Amino acid sequence: MFMAQSPETLGVGVAADVMLPRIARVRRLRLDGPETWTLDLEGEGNGGSFVPGQFNMMTAFGVGEVPISFSGDPGNAECVTHTVRAVGHVSAALTRLEPGDVLGLRGPFGTGWPMAEMLGRDVVIVAGGLGLAPLRPVLYHLLAQRERYGNVALLYGTRSPEDVLYHQELRSWDSRSDFEVDMTVDHATTTWHGHVGVVTTLVPHATFDPINAIALVCGPEIMMRFAIGALGDAGVADEAIYLSMERNMKCAVGFCGHCQFGPLFVCRDGPVFRYDRVRTLLGVKEL
Amino acid sequence: MTDTTTADLARIIKEHPFFAGLDEKFCDLIGDCAAAEQFEANTYLFHEGEPANQFYLLRHGRVALEIKSPGHGSIIIQTLRAGEILGVSWLVPPYRLAVDAKAIELTRTITVDAACLRGKCDEDHDFGYEMMQRFTPILVQRLHATRLQLLDVYGAKS
Repeated sequence: MFMAQSPETLGVGVAADVMLPRIARVRRLRLDGPETWTLDLEGEGNGGSFVPGQFNMMTAFGVGEVPISFSGDPGNAECVTHTVRAVGHVSAALTRLEPGDVLGLRGPFGTGWPMAEMLGRDVVIVAGGLGLAPLRPVLYHLLAQRERYGNVALLYGTRSPEDVLYHQELRSWDSRSDFEVDMTVDHATTTWHGHVGVVTTLVPHATFDPINAIALVCGPEIMMRFAIGALGDAGVADEAIYLSMERNMKCAVGFCGHCQFGPLFVCRDGPVFRYDRVRTLLGVKEL
Repeated sequence: MTDTTTADLARIIKEHPFFAGLDEKFCDLIGDCAAAEQFEANTYLFHEGEPANQFYLLRHGRVALEIKSPGHGSIIIQTLRAGEILGVSWLVPPYRLAVDAKAIELTRTITVDAACLRGKCDEDHDFGYEMMQRFTPILVQRLHATRLQLLDVYGAKS
């Protein structure tokens, strides 16, 4: 049963503060995929203070509020960046904003990717579709401090060549000798010269030591389940796999219960979870 | 086809990831049925509907599996790369190929005569069982991958 808790119990400070959006202004927008825009935002207290994997609640005034992961460089203190795909009224309104327009931000909320645990280890990043966005801050961080990690591999799958996000950056990353980028699409015409097949098929070809590797997985939940299976087949322990969950997050601080996931709240206890801690929950259809 | 000795072929077969750990005498059996081949980029290894007379150990390059779709040209349903196996239709009757296979780039293979290998499987059931143990996981993996493709998990909400 869902039990309401006080803000103080949850360690989130005064309720009015966490529920009150700050004003942010759109500095720049880029079309990064079909109906998918990356917004650079500026405003008081908005820059450089998040852990990769966390999210903000973004308000399109007069329309509503949605949770969107940070997708920019955590080392950039001047602005925050979010990648938004227009799939509903609020996200569509956010993608229709123009430079200079204002929106509301609450956050950052939730748990992040295990940045400290990755130090000195091989890192395998498996992203599907828009799931690359919450992992992009990790990639910025890893590449900025490349010498502190072992092999780093990004395995990215999406529906078709037209759906690939961050084209230019992927090309740039792929050109680096110290970073393995392997990309695939589920379907393609003969004009596509890359791989075709589901993202899980990339795992056996990636270079990593399964004993010393840590894996980060983000994408549609079914894709994540299959990816975790492939990582397990490759010898990666459940304790070394992290995934980012998506549920119907509303308050973002564990008050409302909309994102309840068994005994957990995805907004507060996640969205990033270690796989062995949610393994049994992922198999429950009702959740 | 290139002029490679049976002993060379057996060695290459043993080194291919698909046959990792395979008994040497089995490598020799496969080598008896095999030949090295090379395909230039944009050439077809086989076409849909043809008899499944061979399978391929991919040693270098990449191959696209295509299905022709009227009005849409060809659709790529899978690509395979070095270290993988191309062709599983030789395993089951009616031994007929279900897709076109095109080399996307210069591709080198060990091409195995399927009728020859099926004969050796019939003669030596231990060998036949070993082949089934190697090929069945590939079939299951591709079945699972196909299911995931069919689910179209990267729909509008991905």
